[in-house]
Amino acid sequence: MMENKSNGNGQKEWQPKIVAFFCNWCTYTAADSAGVSRIKYAPNIRIIRVMCSGRVDPQFILDSFAKGADGVLIGGCHPGDCHYQEGNYKCLRRFRLLQRVINSFGIEPERLRLEWISASEADRVRVVVNEMVNQVKALGPLALPQKYEELKKEIEHHPVTSEIKEE
Amino acid sequence: MTNQGNNKDIRIGFYICHCGTNIASTVDVQKVVEFASKLPKVVVSRDYKYMCSDPGQELIQKDIKELGLNRIVVAACSPFLHEKTFRNASSQAGLNQFYFQMVNTREQNSWVHLDPYASTEKAIDLVRAAIYRVVYHKPLEQKRVPIHPDVLVVGGGIAGIHAALTLANAGKKVYLVEREPSIGGHMAMFDKTFPTLDCAACILTPKMTAVKNHPNITLWTYSEVIGVDGYVGNFKVKVRRKPRYINEDLCIGCLDCIEACVYKEGRFYDEFNLGLSKRKPVYIPFPQAVPLLVVIDPETCIQFKSGKCKQTCVEVCEPNAIDFTQKERIEEIEVGTIIIATGFQTFDPKKIPYYGYGTYPNVYTALEVERLINASGPTQGQIVLRDGTRPKSIAIIHCVGSRDKNTNQWCSRVCCLYSIKLAHLLKERTEAEIYNFYIDIRTPGKMMDEFFIRMKEEGIKFIRGRVADIYPDTSNGCCGKLVVKAEDTLVGEIIKVPVDMVVLSIGLEPRADAQEIRRMFNITCSTEGFYIERHPKLAPVNTFTDGIFLAGCCQGPKDIPDTVAQAGAAAAEALTLIDTGYIEIEPNTAFVLEDDCSGCKSCIPLCPYTAISFLEDKKKAFINEVLCKGCGTCVAACPSGSIVQNLFEDEEIFSEIVGVLNYTYHEEEV
Ligand SMILES: Cc1cc2nc3c(=O)[nH]c(=O)nc-3n(C[C@H](O)[C@H](O)[C@H](O)COP(=O)(O)OP(=O)(O)OC[C@H]3O[C@@H](n4cnc5c(N)ncnc54)[C@H](O)[C@@H]3O)c2cc1C
Ligand code: FES
Repeated sequence: MMENKSNGNGQKEWQPKIVAFFCNWCTYTAADSAGVSRIKYAPNIRIIRVMCSGRVDPQFILDSFAKGADGVLIGGCHPGDCHYQEGNYKCLRRFRLLQRVINSFGIEPERLRLEWISASEADRVRVVVNEMVNQVKALGPLALPQKYEELKKEIEHHPVTSEIKEE
Repeated sequence: MTNQGNNKDIRIGFYICHCGTNIASTVDVQKVVEFASKLPKVVVSRDYKYMCSDPGQELIQKDIKELGLNRIVVAACSPFLHEKTFRNASSQAGLNQFYFQMVNTREQNSWVHLDPYASTEKAIDLVRAAIYRVVYHKPLEQKRVPIHPDVLVVGGGIAGIHAALTLANAGKKVYLVEREPSIGGHMAMFDKTFPTLDCAACILTPKMTAVKNHPNITLWTYSEVIGVDGYVGNFKVKVRRKPRYINEDLCIGCLDCIEACVYKEGRFYDEFNLGLSKRKPVYIPFPQAVPLLVVIDPETCIQFKSGKCKQTCVEVCEPNAIDFTQKERIEEIEVGTIIIATGFQTFDPKKIPYYGYGTYPNVYTALEVERLINASGPTQGQIVLRDGTRPKSIAIIHCVGSRDKNTNQWCSRVCCLYSIKLAHLLKERTEAEIYNFYIDIRTPGKMMDEFFIRMKEEGIKFIRGRVADIYPDTSNGCCGKLVVKAEDTLVGEIIKVPVDMVVLSIGLEPRADAQEIRRMFNITCSTEGFYIERHPKLAPVNTFTDGIFLAGCCQGPKDIPDTVAQAGAAAAEALTLIDTGYIEIEPNTAFVLEDDCSGCKSCIPLCPYTAISFLEDKKKAFINEVLCKGCGTCVAACPSGSIVQNLFEDEEIFSEIVGVLNYTYHEEEV
């Protein structure tokens, strides 16, 4: 749907979609305070709240890419500041590994980003989101679901009918 | 990703709030309502001007009852603001409150985006995510944690003193921990306070004594908190009590030892007087100190340095209170709530070299001048320069270190007023010409501007302009004066004013150890270091950590009236918890699905709270719900997916992912 956005001269500009996992105590709070301060940033981000960046399961990230995210952003507290002492270190460990894993799948590692943003760094939310949106725009669409579908068409030589999730 | 059987009877109600025009002016509310109405299992989809208002909540409750809704999704402000409100509303209508999900459509959408189209698209994605998610919600019981009735107050300035007394008078047991040898904080250094010019000691000393004598207050001065464990209701705190080398139970505060010390005169930097006088190795910080107990400074005491002192102090001490062998003690206490009142420090003017502080002896900080003016200060209230002469002209420079990108950006709020106060007091005592160099005069608050006008009428001069330089006057082989150079922005010309004394009105800033303290207590602070309140308007003394409250200048610069008001509020918040007896906390703990657990033990070392143990008989992991704080780290790490976090179950998050990406499942995946 976002692909339909007009860029003003009647042309459609492609808009990436970025799924973000923000920890409740620092980065989600920072995003709230960006709002309170009326800081403006790119609307391409979809924030999912978790209690701690340590809750971010590698599967959440892989699943996001598989289901159509062009980028995934994880936001947690600065090292030493995690509300649960060291969940962010656990997250960092997984993040490093995941960057290599997605790279080996052919997904550019720049599509996955981990940022420490404390509750007071509202403006950092703007900087990071805008940077990431620009970076992903430069990389272009990832569109794994479509690629997956094309691949299947090739294999099966007939189109697959799509259905709504709940049915 | 398959749906559970019970999903068949799921009936979702969706509501979006206009928030006046806060949301509706950016997000196309109608479009979202229409969109949501077509999603599976959505029975009703509505919008309303103010969902959080009574009629808004009643709308939900009526629908729950009449339409048999069993899941509620509200798109409105941040869940931090009104999640509780809507959960309560749902539960009052007979629904388990955790069958609710909120969509942050204001703070994280309408307030941060300009393009209505993109904003509406974003809202639709997040609404879809919430509606998919809420299907998986489980009915949960809120956890109740009992509150230990004792309170810890950290910092014994006017904030900590007032909070401690308020709680103690309400019958609660309070531990007041102060780092310095005496309580009192900055206020104890002043002679008079604006705007009433009442004597600081007259209003503070009785409160300090009341702390000392209160049966409900345990006062530990010369002490520091060194460790905090536990959580709201049950904090375990370690306090280090530094040795004073005086037996506190025996010392009667006669001060004979100070008199008897082998040093006949003070020789060492006097901390309380900021070095404007000298003290002996055995000393009290100031005459009204509470507790009135002497301290021996091992850095300067001959007995500690060489072991060869005549110990005249010991000889003269009748109660035998001096004890050179005293060691530091560690006390361990349990408290249910904590009030942080650690105050501020003043800006170091050496960071602005052209003001010449530390170079020219006649440049003083305002805090030093507070001591000079103080009747019990180093000069007994006489305003004399370091060379013993009395100044005939004085410049007071406002905003030193404040409102400047290069130093501190904020306005320190009290400097204009204390500058005006000092101008008045200096004029009264010296009859000097007084020049105030200011950027803007800021005197908000009750009686403050009236105070300013009164002082202006006394003939104190006000010059609008930031001071660019201060240098010795060398004209005509002159006279030891300092020249203050500034642009008078009202006249538009550079002026140079020769004066005998310069007073720098230094700003208030967070204490140097604010970061360490906040880590220890697990609270947050802004980049500059002032602790952050949970909500600037609605929860101004709460922190994001339940059971820990803020009072005074550690939260931001403020004057004494505001500090005391805030301290009272913090005490009231603590009292509310104590008298309720328990607090309800989020049931977001994790548990193990025993059947799926492979017994690999990889979760066990990950838990920072040692909540996970291994059941040797069953070869399964087990999570102690009481210890679990709900971070979810173990859940993310479990290779067999056998740990579940309440409120953040895998399915709940996966369905959010599906929702935000508008992913459609294919036959074989469902
Ligand atoms: C020059 C000057 C003049 C002023 N004049 C006025 C005036 O006339 N009228 C007015 O209304 N306001 C005035 N103010 C403002 C006033 O000083 C503050 O509002 C007030 O002192 C704040 O009290 P507080 O308790 O928050 O902080 P503080 O006075 O700083 O007290 C904090 C206390 O906590 C202790 N502490 C710090 N860290 C720890 C720790 N980790 N563990 C244990 N203890 C700790 C400190 O030793 C201190 O005793 C003035 C300020 C300045 C700088
Ligand atoms: S709570 Fe923010 S990273 Fe752990």
